[in-house]
Amino acid sequence: MSKVDPLFETCLRLGDTALVLGQRLAEWSSKAPTVELDIALSNHALDMIGQAQLFLEYAGRVEGKGRDEDALAYHRQDFEFRNAMIAELPKGDFACTMVRQLLFATYASMFYERMTASTDADLAAIAGKAEKEMAYHARHAGEWVVRLGDGTEESHQRAQDAVNLLWPYAHELFQTDVVDQAMIETGVLPDAAAFKGEWLGEIEAVLKRATLSLPEDDWMPSGGRSGQHTEHLAYLLAEMQVLPRAYPDAKW
Amino acid sequence: MVHEASAPDERAEQFDAWVADENKVEPQDWMPEGYAKTLVRQISQHAHSEIIGMQPEGNWITRAPSLRRKAILLAKVQDEAGHGLYLYSAAETLNVSRDQMEADLMSGKAKYSSIFNYPTLTWADVGAIGWLVDGAAIVNQIPLCRCSYGPYARAMIRVCKEESFHQRQGFELMMALSQGTPEQKAMAQDALNRWWWPAVQMFGPPDHDSPHSAQSMAWKIKRFSNDDLRQKFIDMAVKQAQALHIEIPDPDLKFNEETGHWDTGEINWDEFWAVVKGHGPCSRERMANRRKAHNDGAWVREAATAFAAKERARAEKVAA
Ligand SMILES: [Fe+2]
Ligand SMILES: [Fe+2]
Repeated sequence: MSKVDPLFETCLRLGDTALVLGQRLAEWSSKAPTVELDIALSNHALDMIGQAQLFLEYAGRVEGKGRDEDALAYHRQDFEFRNAMIAELPKGDFACTMVRQLLFATYASMFYERMTASTDADLAAIAGKAEKEMAYHARHAGEWVVRLGDGTEESHQRAQDAVNLLWPYAHELFQTDVVDQAMIETGVLPDAAAFKGEWLGEIEAVLKRATLSLPEDDWMPSGGRSGQHTEHLAYLLAEMQVLPRAYPDAKW
Repeated sequence: MVHEASAPDERAEQFDAWVADENKVEPQDWMPEGYAKTLVRQISQHAHSEIIGMQPEGNWITRAPSLRRKAILLAKVQDEAGHGLYLYSAAETLNVSRDQMEADLMSGKAKYSSIFNYPTLTWADVGAIGWLVDGAAIVNQIPLCRCSYGPYARAMIRVCKEESFHQRQGFELMMALSQGTPEQKAMAQDALNRWWWPAVQMFGPPDHDSPHSAQSMAWKIKRFSNDDLRQKFIDMAVKQAQALHIEIPDPDLKFNEETGHWDTGEINWDEFWAVVKGHGPCSRERMANRRKAHNDGAWVREAATAFAAKERARAEKVAA
């Protein structure tokens, strides 16, 4: 196996997570509970796709083999994707989407806030833009999780089911491996473990207002960031990549 | 402006004179019942078209072939949702509620533009819709920016700016295909073959068969006849198709030296009326999708209402 460049790997992890989550959010177009929410969810999808473009474009430059963001997005296999698994789970109902947004965006806003001080100028610049977007997503999702949790009996149950379903996948966001270690040591990436307590505090505060509770931490699946995914990713990519795969010589 | 105190038939006369003088009518002004009714029908139908129109192009968002195209398409479909909202607001100034308008759409009572009942079978259809459907929408809507009803005219100014952006993006997408591989060129031609006639029909039935037109013209809601607008669109589209090196699927299309316009072959109005009656290839699916989205979201809207009521009760308790 060839040696992995930790910076390239890092850009893929950040870019793929943004891309796959953006793709899931985009699935809401013309299906949201209100026209206003349709517009909001498309906005959030656009933010994620925009971040993905920046991270993957930089990944291509770091790799130096002439691959641009589209080559990386459309011409890699599922096992070459490095997104966290929480991003690839099906969009589910509106409660699932809002709970995922809450868990992920709260994490990401804290991560990017710290990443603005990265020793890597490109990543610091992307973080500056992404930080604000993710803080907004977290706020929007938090408001909705509270409404759903403290709304009707049905919405409460759906929101609690969503928390139970998604909670185990949140832990992967805070795990570090040799790639992360190398990046943390050189000041390229912040250490997510260092703000897990702060993150948990924010999540618990929202869930408390929503009259929702956290399930037990008895299962913490991981692997997405090293290419071991759920069954869902291959379908997502089959759909997303269909045209560039069917017409490899075409420019769009 | 019409004086409230005037006698009923005097009011109608004053109103006609007011709009004939190119003055704007605002929501608080007196207006004939028929004027308000015509506007509610037209504006809500327009709003519904924006909302249903999200579906055919939305069909390709998850399959857009580059990240740039994906972002453009997602933003475009999002703009259409925004147009739906401006237009619902404009109609609401005429004392019809958005809930009522949405219910009329879902029950099938209210209509929307027939064009959205055709399927998007390839990626080129996204380009063809932007180029032709948004293109036709602009031709239709630019005169509406001068519509006598103020709120509608103002909504249209904003909508038209975005539609012309969509039209350029659609044309640019078609250009990329027409300069691409043989398969891409074939895709662009096939899309034009399928979208051309429905786009031509977007301007509505021919003038001699358009029941509401004369009164709408007198009230300055409408400025040009269906056939005049259609001709304007055809003349434009012919030139654009030439630039794309694709062929308009009409063997009878020819330039008329006398009139200076392009004459087309026979338009299939039987097909148009069949689609209006709900027999388009995707009519049932578009409606079913809209109803499903609405029904699937019911629990979310109920939750928001219940939560707002709880918050109000809590605030009152604190205040007491
Ligand atoms: Fe529109
Ligand atoms: Fe448009």
